[in-house]
Amino acid sequence: MKTMVVVDAHETAGFWRQYVFSTDHKMIAKQYLAISAFMALVGGLLSYLIRSQLAWPEKPVTGWGFVGPDAYNAFVTMHGTIMVFFVAMPLLLGAMGNFLIPLMVGAPDMAFPRLNRLSVWTLFVASIVLLSSFFVPGGASPAGWTGYVPLSDVPAYTGAFWGINLWLVALALEFASFLMGGVNFLTTAINMRAPGMTLWRLPLIVWMQVSASVIFLLSVGPLIAGAVMLFLDRTFHTGFFVPGKGGDPLLWEHLFWFFGHPEVYVVALPGFGAMLEIFSVFSRKPVFGYRTIVYSTIAAGFLSFVVWAHHMFVSGMDPRLAAPFSVTTILISVPFAIIVFAMVATLWRGSISFETPMLFALGGLATFIVGGVTGIFLGSEAADIYFHGTYFVVAHFHYTLFPTVIFGGFAAIYYWYPKMFGRMMNDALGKLHFWLTLVFFNVVFIPLFLLGIGGAPRRVYTFEAYNFLKPLQPLNVIATYAAIFLLLAQLPFLVNFAWSLARGKVAGRNPWHANTLEWTTDSPPPHGNFDLQPVVYRDPYEYSLPDSSEDWLPQSQPAAPAVAAAAD
Amino acid sequence: MSSTASVLTRNNPHNGKIQSVPIGKIAIWWFLASEMMVFGGLIASYVLLRIHNGGWAGQAAHVRWQLGTLNTAVLLTSSLTMALAVSASRQDKLRRTAVFLGLTVLLGVAFLCVKGVEYTGELREGFTPASGLFWSFYYGMTGLHALHVTGGVVANLTFLVMAVRGDLWTGKQRRLEYAGLYWHFVDVVWIFLFPLLYLS
Repeated sequence: MKTMVVVDAHETAGFWRQYVFSTDHKMIAKQYLAISAFMALVGGLLSYLIRSQLAWPEKPVTGWGFVGPDAYNAFVTMHGTIMVFFVAMPLLLGAMGNFLIPLMVGAPDMAFPRLNRLSVWTLFVASIVLLSSFFVPGGASPAGWTGYVPLSDVPAYTGAFWGINLWLVALALEFASFLMGGVNFLTTAINMRAPGMTLWRLPLIVWMQVSASVIFLLSVGPLIAGAVMLFLDRTFHTGFFVPGKGGDPLLWEHLFWFFGHPEVYVVALPGFGAMLEIFSVFSRKPVFGYRTIVYSTIAAGFLSFVVWAHHMFVSGMDPRLAAPFSVTTILISVPFAIIVFAMVATLWRGSISFETPMLFALGGLATFIVGGVTGIFLGSEAADIYFHGTYFVVAHFHYTLFPTVIFGGFAAIYYWYPKMFGRMMNDALGKLHFWLTLVFFNVVFIPLFLLGIGGAPRRVYTFEAYNFLKPLQPLNVIATYAAIFLLLAQLPFLVNFAWSLARGKVAGRNPWHANTLEWTTDSPPPHGNFDLQPVVYRDPYEYSLPDSSEDWLPQSQPAAPAVAAAAD
Repeated sequence: MSSTASVLTRNNPHNGKIQSVPIGKIAIWWFLASEMMVFGGLIASYVLLRIHNGGWAGQAAHVRWQLGTLNTAVLLTSSLTMALAVSASRQDKLRRTAVFLGLTVLLGVAFLCVKGVEYTGELREGFTPASGLFWSFYYGMTGLHALHVTGGVVANLTFLVMAVRGDLWTGKQRRLEYAGLYWHFVDVVWIFLFPLLYLS
């Protein structure tokens, strides 16, 4: 029998092998983190330009100049595309999944290390292609992050021929990257688990990563098919989506949202997973309802494939479809409500300590509830007809993805930074970062709910044409100031991240006294991860056991340390 | 941190063998599942649009169903030779494996040649991808399928070279099995495309 791993001399390898073309899942995770951080910077600056134009229409934006309608459309499109596909996915799946799955299941690396390296480099090329579309004649795609046809289909409608072609190529490469990553995640979690690591002993974030990978693998296919059709429409003048040629524009919306809605859960689930790990550790309690959470996740995964048309209530599709999709949409809030209740029950009567990761996880939970509740408005077709075209949708969307991606992502970074880099981040700076982010996030998006209720339409670059919105303009100004402060509030994080790399307190193996396997090895773990093959004896969340002298019990520990016998 | 320790861990007998299914098999099945969704999306779009629009039968009458039928036979036969190659490799019969792999590659190339003849004839008659929605789907679906066939031919050719050189026996038989799964998948896709595009 051939051994399946190639022995390589990683430690002695040169700079290129060690940092650039590494096959080590931890280095690849850091590369994903770097790509998502850089793209987040670009996406954040775009949101500054968008918000400034909306608050002070037709005035030059400080540090940029005039933003015309065409540029505004391109900025909105690129902001959405970048934040969903090039920030959320690389951060939560690429970085967190790659770093955590092998460590948490007790494997030396991913199942296919070279495929893993190929996936991160494919994403890198995709990012370059996407960013390059800003500089081609006609500018970046202005067709919206959903690429609705016929706007994205007929080049004459936008004037952006190469911009949209490059957008499609970038998305295709991004999908290819995460398909490779997803196959790797699944194979590793299914087949590389340490002895004793049964499925029911997997940490919940691994379940969430695996579920997200399955959802992604099974939902992206039709959109790939749609992207091929759109590309043929644009370059070979076929008519898949052009009504004049017998095609159907609604077909694109169906194909896009068949993927687009599950995609929300692809990025949300890993965020929930990170929050669950952190809640358990920082309240020193087992996660409440482990199996219920797993079953809810699987149920949500199935349901996520039959809710997509709630994005299309006002699209002109057959209205008879609206009622069933309303029902499934309201139904899918049940598993997520169960997960949220399980989170709250995990916290209930725990010995909670408010370190930075815990604050971000709690902030994510609190704000996600707002996103979930406002989703009910949009899931029921009658209310959606009023709200759909308005800023209410923008606010709702940001209240679902900001908590999971940004709060969840920051919680994960603050929590696993010691394992990734071997040093602690500064807690005071972290708390400053948290409170500023929490406050300004809400001050940006609560006004957008109000604007939406007031009828402010999305997808327009100025509200000046709408007299009835004039009294609401101060809300836009408030939201914009808050958005600027929200961006500035990320500076403490950047300083903290860089400073802690060199000067942070040395972390040791297990700074948070956590149970999962990644904390039993060095910080950062060596190539190959574990000195000896870990063996798993217990569930991942055995905190505060009544008969144990410690309030934590690592998964790899055979028996609980006995409470010292009382002196007689 | 010492490289010896990590090497020891990496060669631990438990690694990757706790479960009985090999990692490659899990990976190829997940890959095929995602591929099914790509073709599934295309096929569903085709069927739905065709139901809602009339006039496609007139366009569809121009495809060369004789060549399509021939190609169906070619591809089905290649699936048989592929299965025989895989079974020969399991019995460590090197020569047999090489012969059947060679036949599979030849049949794959023959499929692509027939497809090329079809495309040429249709384009000469003026039926381009832009000639109508049926033709858009025809070229889009068979083109994407032909790309998959090409990929399979390249993969099979690689294994043929390995078999001829005698490299296939260093624990790599399983990879041939995965190539076989992929090749059968490409065949199954064609089994859906043929009646939808040529016979209806």
